[in-house]
Amino acid sequence: MSGHAHAQGDGPEVYFQYEDIDQQQESYVVGMWAFLMTEVMFFGALFLIYTLYRWKFHDTFFFAHEQLNWKMGGLNTAVLLFSSVMVAFAVHFAQKGKKTAQLICLGMTLMCAFGFLVIKTFEYGAKGDHKLYPNYTFEYGAHDKDHKVESWWDDNLPAFMHIEKKEQHGDPKNAKLFYSIYFTMTGLHGLHVVIGIIAITSLMVLIMIKSPLITDYVPTELVGLYWHFVDLVWIFLYPLFYLIPR
Amino acid sequence: MSATLIDNATAEQPRNDRNYLNADHTLKSWLLTVDHKRIGILYLIAVTIFFFIGAVAAAMIRYELTSPHGILLSSEVYNKTFSAHGIYMVFQFLVVAIPAVLGNFLIPLMIGARDMAFPRLNLLSWYMFMTGGLLITLSFILGGVDAGWTFYVPLSTLSETQISLCLVGIFITGFSSIFTAVNFIATIHKMRAPGMTWYRLPLYIWSHYSTAIVILLGTPVVAITLFLVVVERGFGFGIFSPELGGDPVLFQHLFWFYSHPAVYIMILPAFGVISEIITCFSRRPIFGYKFIAYSSLAIAFLGFLVWGHHMFLSSQSVLQGLIFSIITWILAVPSAIKVFNWTTTMYKGSIHFSTPMLYALGFMGLFLIGGLTGLHLASIDTDVHLTGTYFIVAHFHYVMVGGTIMGYLGGIHFWFPKMFGRTYSEMWGRISAMIVFVGFNLTFFPQFIVGYLGMPRRYHYYYFAPEWQFYHILSTAGSTVLGIGFLLPGIYLTYAIFKGKKAGPNPWGAKGLEWEQAGSPPITENFEKPVLVLEDPYNYNPEEDSKMYEHEVESADMLGGRK
Ligand SMILES: [Cu+2]
Repeated sequence: MSGHAHAQGDGPEVYFQYEDIDQQQESYVVGMWAFLMTEVMFFGALFLIYTLYRWKFHDTFFFAHEQLNWKMGGLNTAVLLFSSVMVAFAVHFAQKGKKTAQLICLGMTLMCAFGFLVIKTFEYGAKGDHKLYPNYTFEYGAHDKDHKVESWWDDNLPAFMHIEKKEQHGDPKNAKLFYSIYFTMTGLHGLHVVIGIIAITSLMVLIMIKSPLITDYVPTELVGLYWHFVDLVWIFLYPLFYLIPR
Repeated sequence: MSATLIDNATAEQPRNDRNYLNADHTLKSWLLTVDHKRIGILYLIAVTIFFFIGAVAAAMIRYELTSPHGILLSSEVYNKTFSAHGIYMVFQFLVVAIPAVLGNFLIPLMIGARDMAFPRLNLLSWYMFMTGGLLITLSFILGGVDAGWTFYVPLSTLSETQISLCLVGIFITGFSSIFTAVNFIATIHKMRAPGMTWYRLPLYIWSHYSTAIVILLGTPVVAITLFLVVVERGFGFGIFSPELGGDPVLFQHLFWFYSHPAVYIMILPAFGVISEIITCFSRRPIFGYKFIAYSSLAIAFLGFLVWGHHMFLSSQSVLQGLIFSIITWILAVPSAIKVFNWTTTMYKGSIHFSTPMLYALGFMGLFLIGGLTGLHLASIDTDVHLTGTYFIVAHFHYVMVGGTIMGYLGGIHFWFPKMFGRTYSEMWGRISAMIVFVGFNLTFFPQFIVGYLGMPRRYHYYYFAPEWQFYHILSTAGSTVLGIGFLLPGIYLTYAIFKGKKAGPNPWGAKGLEWEQAGSPPITENFEKPVLVLEDPYNYNPEEDSKMYEHEVESADMLGGRK
């Protein structure tokens, strides 16, 4: 395919199927938006499942959600929001052609992405300690019955990050449903974060080695669009799972 | 452009020149190609193989049902057989056949582009399709799947067959069609030649555009639903299983949210093919271009609002059922608009009964029967009696299979000279088109009757009502005829690829960029000269079109003159 590609002077490479660079760039953006439409439906189905079950089992979902650490979730929300701002700046600098600033912003985004995953790992670990994995080991209320099974981060993290322990109520079956949906949705979201990390890293490497694939801002914009979507999903996940009103 | 141009074009264009087929002959050049035409041919080979597997399963089903007690298969094996038939035919054939083969081949040609917007993504789609197909095949080699193609929970979560592997395969195939749809959308939006405005697009493109929207919005929903079933089987997450706290009816909702629109993924591209064929062989501009174009979009939109008509006997309320029933009736309107417009196009046209036209007329017949019986199933009261019987089996075969296969075969016959630069035997083409039509009706019409009498679907015996054997034998006989009807094109088309007479660029005297401005077969870049579109599509003129076209001349003597 590269054999068919032809460059227009110093400008970006135009692949053989396109007439000019504008057509190429617009096609990529349209394609990305089409793909994001699919992604919206992909998560949309899960949000629908969540909404229906929360409506049906409101009380149990309320009690089950108290086991989630809203402070850590909130911290993650802040991390992702900040990364979204960074990626927006990266696109801005890419359009201006300021490579160093662009790379710094992408680097910050990348660090936020890793930070998100680290915090998420702490959270997941805590759920395992509380026997809240929704598989055959699930045991609702194990955390209360046996206070010695403290999560290790209760000892290792500063006190303001500990959650208050409240009395547990609700049907264990439905609580398990809550955690099934929680792990499915946050897990798939985490997978998207990992894909985002791969995309951002490849983009940065390609920029640094001055690859002919990256001669304009469009690749950065595409990665940016994807990353905004990943953030957007979390913006919905956080209040729905962590901040359920009584 | 008038019909006289055909001869000029034939003379101008040196034949046997370079084209996309002889550009390179190595296997590697095929497997690593990014040429949309070659990818179309790769899909053609793949879907033919998957169709064959599904057809063998169908033959086993029909053979089993010739006796009221069953002949060959145990209940378990029978369950796996009809599951294999459904899974291969739906996911590996019907959903992809027209978009992936004809859509890939023709969309850039019809809009005047050199290739799809994302050629490498296009190739990736094919590899994902093959991976999905191989995983499904592996799941059947390792013991099979017995939950049917619908995978209803809790059957699919409790069954101890290879369901997880099979679902992963379907998931990958699903993402393959999502990537194809992304490609279609970007290509149709951004790759049109100068002057190719939206209202100058062939209706075939409008159909594929609508299809791509349905794929983009529907497929991810079924993908995540099937993924949840896999997670439930693998880890014991309880989202659908009642014993784990979930709701099995929710699975049905999500499944049919995709699987009703999936019918339109199959049938909308067929509508597009039929619009092209009907105008070409009536030699008239299409009647009501905008009505047909927008009815495609209307079908795509309304198709998402009717899934509940599959669930009248589930726990959904009567009010819900009524709403779904009403919207389903409304959905019949845009489909009917198309049929009326095609009929009006033919009126006072100069009709040529060539092979593609026979398939198109067959399509209209089968789709009419399928559509009208669908209204019985869309009404709650009759549906309660008919659901779960062979009536429904016959109905969806008429719509999905009758519609899609007639469109697919019609399209293959119509664009065959373009794809391979050769002509097939018109006589054998016409004969097998008739055989397919007769065989199809003989197979599935008796199923309406036996289903109305009460024959349940997915049973491999009916010893409690041996009088139904007559209908089953009729149906099995019909399926044999149908099988011959499918085998014949396989033979004479394969022969024609290698030995057929060389075709000119426009053997049908058809309108459209792919006929008027590209060779047969086209070169790798599709067009020799830059494309500029200055006129509306379907600029046919019935009066001056009394001459015969290249493809018809050879068989005219055999059939005793024109028509
Ligand atoms: Cu339906």
